[in-house]
Amino acid sequence: MKRQKRSDSQNDNPFQVLTEELIFLILDFLETAPLDKKSFALTCKAFYAAEARHRRALRPLRAEHLPALAARYPSVTDLDLSLCPRVGDGALALVAGAYGETLRRLDLSRSRWFTGNGLLNVGARCGNLVELDLSNATELRDAGVAAVARAKNLRKLWLARCKLVTDMGIGCIAVGCRKLRLICLKWCVGIGDLGVDLVAIKCKELTSLNLSYLPITEKCLPSIFKLQLLEDLVLEGCFGIDDGSLGVDLLKQGCKTLKKLDISGCQNISHTGLSKLTSISGGLEKLILADGSPVTLDLVDGLNKLSMLQSIVLDGCPVTSEGLRAIGSLCISLRELSLSKCLGVTDEALSLLVSKQKDLRKLDITCCRKITDVSIASIANSCTGLTSLKMESCTLVPQEAFVLVGQKCHYLEELDLTDNEIDDEGLMSLSSCSKLSSLKIGICLNITDRGLTYVGMFCSKLKELDLYRSTGVTDVGISAIAGGCPGLEILNTSYCTSITDKALISLSKCSKLKTLEIRGCILVTSIGLAAIAMNCRQLSRLDIKKCYEIDDSGMIPLAHFSQNLRQINLSYSSVTDVGLLSLASISCLQSFTMLHLQGLVPGGLAAALLACGGLTKVKLHLSLRSLLPELLIRHVEARGCVFEWRDKEFQAELDPKCWKLQLEDVMQ
Amino acid sequence: MNPKGGLCANNCKTSSEPPSFYGFGIESPFNEFNPPSLPIQSVLPGQSNTDVEIPDQENCPLSDSSNTSKLQDWNPGAMLNNLSFLEEKIHQLRDLVHLIVNKKCQPFGQSHELVTQEQQLVTADLTSIIVQLISTAGSLLPSVRHTLTTNPLVGQIDQLHGINLPFGSEPSTAINLQNNSGNKLFDKSTPNDLPNTCEMEQNYNMEEHEPKDEEDVDEGESLPPGSYEILQLEKEEILAPHTHFCTICGKGFKRDANLRMHMRGHGDEYKTPAALAKPHKETGSEPKLIKRYSCPYAGCKRNKDHKKFQPLKTILCVKNHYKRTHCDKSYICSRCNTKKFSVMADLKTHEKHCGKDKWLCSCGTTFSRKDKLFGHIALFQGHTPAIPLDDTKAVAEPPDPQNRECSSNKVGSVNFCFGSKPSSENVVQNMMDMKGNIDDPVNYFSSLNFEGCNFGAFSEFPQTPFEDSEGSFSFLMSGSFNYGTKFGGGESSSDNLL
Repeated sequence: MKRQKRSDSQNDNPFQVLTEELIFLILDFLETAPLDKKSFALTCKAFYAAEARHRRALRPLRAEHLPALAARYPSVTDLDLSLCPRVGDGALALVAGAYGETLRRLDLSRSRWFTGNGLLNVGARCGNLVELDLSNATELRDAGVAAVARAKNLRKLWLARCKLVTDMGIGCIAVGCRKLRLICLKWCVGIGDLGVDLVAIKCKELTSLNLSYLPITEKCLPSIFKLQLLEDLVLEGCFGIDDGSLGVDLLKQGCKTLKKLDISGCQNISHTGLSKLTSISGGLEKLILADGSPVTLDLVDGLNKLSMLQSIVLDGCPVTSEGLRAIGSLCISLRELSLSKCLGVTDEALSLLVSKQKDLRKLDITCCRKITDVSIASIANSCTGLTSLKMESCTLVPQEAFVLVGQKCHYLEELDLTDNEIDDEGLMSLSSCSKLSSLKIGICLNITDRGLTYVGMFCSKLKELDLYRSTGVTDVGISAIAGGCPGLEILNTSYCTSITDKALISLSKCSKLKTLEIRGCILVTSIGLAAIAMNCRQLSRLDIKKCYEIDDSGMIPLAHFSQNLRQINLSYSSVTDVGLLSLASISCLQSFTMLHLQGLVPGGLAAALLACGGLTKVKLHLSLRSLLPELLIRHVEARGCVFEWRDKEFQAELDPKCWKLQLEDVMQ
Repeated sequence: MNPKGGLCANNCKTSSEPPSFYGFGIESPFNEFNPPSLPIQSVLPGQSNTDVEIPDQENCPLSDSSNTSKLQDWNPGAMLNNLSFLEEKIHQLRDLVHLIVNKKCQPFGQSHELVTQEQQLVTADLTSIIVQLISTAGSLLPSVRHTLTTNPLVGQIDQLHGINLPFGSEPSTAINLQNNSGNKLFDKSTPNDLPNTCEMEQNYNMEEHEPKDEEDVDEGESLPPGSYEILQLEKEEILAPHTHFCTICGKGFKRDANLRMHMRGHGDEYKTPAALAKPHKETGSEPKLIKRYSCPYAGCKRNKDHKKFQPLKTILCVKNHYKRTHCDKSYICSRCNTKKFSVMADLKTHEKHCGKDKWLCSCGTTFSRKDKLFGHIALFQGHTPAIPLDDTKAVAEPPDPQNRECSSNKVGSVNFCFGSKPSSENVVQNMMDMKGNIDDPVNYFSSLNFEGCNFGAFSEFPQTPFEDSEGSFSFLMSGSFNYGTKFGGGESSSDNLL
């Protein structure tokens, strides 16, 4: 009887007519929507099985689930273990056994506890592995890296912050993984000239090489510049390389294929060294000189040889007017220019620059404090094609300038006006930028709901909105945004003290909301939070610090509905250990910060710590340390959690104007 | 050219270098001294190339000397030559004395240092002329072998290379010295060691190889062919343990400094600062050919007959190259028992690091330096750095008993190849040989020959006040011969010897 029923139900299944190829085709379309895919898999057993067979990428929350996952998904090629804080050798052995033939990508950048033995399994058995991310494996030694060298087909390897790896280990990689296209050795401070030299000698197919902060000198440069396919070279913070080391013999070879060169922070490379570098790499498209030597006429003269140059990043460099003007008169037309935190940017020079470089798409003039409406007017008039304008803290720019920007630059997608004088008129004008997706108007004390309403009405593609300490904003403005921007993903209304539950309730229409910061919104209660929790299912980061009214009753819906929550800040709120313990049901939860939680008792905290199995980072007040059992702390740490003990004073909230005055005091 | 002949020819060239090889250069100076117009002499270069054969390294100095004596037993032409040489020398001597007399009359216009310097110079020349006279006169007797005495041209200069700055010494010691040296002149023989190879011979050989050399000079050094002369030592010469010999007792030394230390035991005259000072290299303004060396091993790239000949820079290079490349590696490291060396110094260098070689390649080769390992890995396909397991690091150190076992081996090997230890039989044998050569009195004299033309150098110091010719003479005899190098003709050779 039962059997018959089952067969009947199978016959009734209308989806049976679909072949597996068709189902796979459908699933291919669902790649970008993981939640939809989940619902698809839950439709019926056949779909469930088909989805399991179809799935290529896997990002498990816990390494403990790996055996079950391996049984369910047979053809995984991309395995991202970055959510698993603790991945032991056993887990890696299991991965290597289950996906020995298929695995192509493995991400261990956030995982710890594995050793060389585990990597040996992966290296030896996963013959098709082409990408491996071992960043932050600070305990990894040469033996482990030597095990990786067995993966002969590796194309991309990230070893950032593997501090204990030396030349010997990287030498093994160089010899073993001859097909490497990309290698990132950032902060591998144990690796020197010899290792890098060998990599460059052995891995001829390298296109991308990141050597940031390595103690290397000129000795390894000749072999690097002999690489025939190198496109991306990052030498950030390589203090051992200076003008003198960029000698003539380097020039003989030259790297014609180089497209991106990053020598930011190389203070020992002046304009002479740069001109030598640029003269041998004529195909450069992007040049990053951040925090380097002063941008003078000589330095810019060196760039004249770069006919393909599109993007220059000069963040943090002292800038002279002559240098800026020379950039303007370069015969190439720049697409991107970043002058963030450059000292010495003047109206006159910047105006001249932008009037010549009319094709600029991205301009960053953050903290160029000297510029006024003159610059902004030239920018608006010349660079009408701008898609990104970042001008945080250009405090001398008057309100009218922003109106001009709104009138001229219709293609803006990204706009950062934090800490500016913009007012509602400016916002109204800017709302004509219908493609705007990111708008940062924090610390803009002149804006009110009226301006924000314009944004809500016309900028329907907005994904990110920052209203940090823009205290003129109330529920009305937020509601307008919530009504007009359904795709909102990131919202920061911290210290907008007028905001109440009404704003949150209207915000709950934005179902794609992922990050919500309502820090210091003292009027918000658990009711508003519950509305968010129930409707914004994708919420992954939540900051309710200093929301004194939020208590355990807000946590319970959060724990129930926000199953994607990964990070929460509960400091100063009224949540107690009950609410905290309820959060333990969120299996994604990785990080929480709880400073000055009045209602927190050590026992409850201990229980919550034990219950949240996936924790990677917990920020607690130092006073709690002695109250928690040492054994418990060690146990939680052993599961892969890092404790940060803070000893912050309890801070009372300041008046917004007073806060800004204090901020300006600090700046000066 | 058959290899042997080639070797002999080269001998003549190379004899200028290490004094220990004096046996060979004997007839060549003679040739050079004699004017080419004399029929017999003109044949000699050819003879030296072809006739002289050295079948066996042990006997070579002896056989060589016998050879030469046979050749030149009675040679009226040479005798005539010698007589005229004597005449000339006496002439020179008279001039010199005249000069001295004149000088003495002149007031002391110059600084004391300069004065003594010039005086010493004149004295040295005087001394050498006198010695030449004596030796040439002796050679006139048919029974005495006279080969080297007839080498006034080159000999004296090279001989004089040992002269240090002569200081005016006290009369009493001067007399002593004179006596000593006088005795020596007749009783004992110094090795005539004469570096003094005949230039002619060298040039002759050079020309012989020129066509090949022209294209194939060591490019690294970028010396144009012909800008240097090629010398080639014999295998035996290269492997000889000693290159410096005591003119009194014949004891051999590797370093001339050791010899000088040793000489102190032979009398006070060797204890003067001048005698003990390091013979400094010639700084003469006369342009001279740079010397480069060829390895005697046929087919070696360092052999001058090789198509891509790359010369060796110094004698030391020759020695080390020959031992390393063409000799058995008889020194075995006592620690690892695997590494073998043919040069003792290499072994010692290795032993300092043996066991500490932590840079290991997958092929099993160890390196004491990381960059060497990486160079090795960069060079070879498939070799990878071998990462030592942390706990096996301690095991890498060889255990003690093994060390002890091997140390005996080491001693044995030292005795076998190196003359440094007197207990070794080989060394004794070698020393005996050397003594035999040293005993040849003629050699000794010839070294002091002075060339007439060089004598003109005196004109450089017209105002030299002369004080005591006797003292300076004796001074010269005391063995500080370096001064002669100032005259430019000779190459100082002892400096680059072991």
